[in-house]
Amino acid sequence: MARIKVPRKSTAMDMTAMCDVAFLLLTFFILTAKLRTEDPLHVDVPASTVTQVVPDDNLSTLTVGQGKVFFGIEGTDIRKALLEEMGKQYKISFTPEEEQRFSVIPTFGVPMNQLKQFIGLDEEQRKTFPSPGIPVDSTANNELSTWIYQARIVTRNLKNQELRFAIKGNAKDEYPAYKKVVDVLQRQNINKFSLITSLKGK
Amino acid sequence: MAELDTSGGGKHKGGKIRSKKASTRIDLTAMVDLAFLLITFFIMTTTLAKPKAMDMFMPDKSKKDVQLPVPETRTMTVLLGTNNKMEWYIGAPGKSAPTVDNFGKDGIRKTLIEQNKKIEETHQGPDNYMIVLVKPSDKSTYKDFVNMLDEINIAGIKSYGVVDITPVEIDLLKKDGLY
Repeated sequence: MARIKVPRKSTAMDMTAMCDVAFLLLTFFILTAKLRTEDPLHVDVPASTVTQVVPDDNLSTLTVGQGKVFFGIEGTDIRKALLEEMGKQYKISFTPEEEQRFSVIPTFGVPMNQLKQFIGLDEEQRKTFPSPGIPVDSTANNELSTWIYQARIVTRNLKNQELRFAIKGNAKDEYPAYKKVVDVLQRQNINKFSLITSLKGK
Repeated sequence: MAELDTSGGGKHKGGKIRSKKASTRIDLTAMVDLAFLLITFFIMTTTLAKPKAMDMFMPDKSKKDVQLPVPETRTMTVLLGTNNKMEWYIGAPGKSAPTVDNFGKDGIRKTLIEQNKKIEETHQGPDNYMIVLVKPSDKSTYKDFVNMLDEINIAGIKSYGVVDITPVEIDLLKKDGLY
């Protein structure tokens, strides 16, 4: 009996097509994606049927949750200029190095007297830093109002645009927390802003 | 190593010396590995579902005198209470008993569409649309507030506003156990 010989095939496969696909996907992801920014405060955003997306630049995000308010603004150059202005306002001088470090912090929630210490921390320490939020309550020392006001001036000077505001509120929080922030905005005659929501079906 | 072809060209008689043709196939496995590794990295670190922005317009507080008088019969007031419930009534507070409603398709959305139609039928044009006043109480959640605005958007209400709640209306909520 003659044995049937199974012809041995080469194990080397042609990877060219697979490589093409992989790089195509890679290019797509690099071009479309925006790096996830770590939120200092976990916020459960309510859902809505709105499909309009949040603009990428010229935006300031006010995160409200757990009774705290966090302030965030897009653009490193704006952040740098903003810190300088805030330093002048509250008579705190920041070194160029501190300004550089501040320019990469997307969102923060510390009062002015703790800001210097907060900037000095490294990224890992910042995540665990017990941020008390930006003071809003007392009208005499409403730091959030000052931040918003200075941010608007800085944006107008640098970009010649009106700064837009978005409020990112925690779904389970009670309405007064949100109202407090809106009142701050309205006192400066900002009557148009966005509420950040996630998408849900009708 | 350093060797010279000293064979005298026995084979290549008079012909050119041909260099051996190397295969043009390169093993791309490593490259594919790398590419997929990077893809995985980008998928993990990026947010694909971008957050959505709901535009909000608040009335200008500095211009009190430009407010237009609106017939009471055209306004619908929605009071947001606790437990994902709300009450609504048409017209001035106290005149008609408020109806307790909940969110969702068969709740406030249906009401909004029905009432809007009713007002359109009973009023003369062109100002025959309904004006919705949303009054969130201190006990209502932010989620309910966003939900309410969303329902207004879905129902296609032309005119709405967010207004501070009055003590009379808080009493109404209290009566129905929503405060």
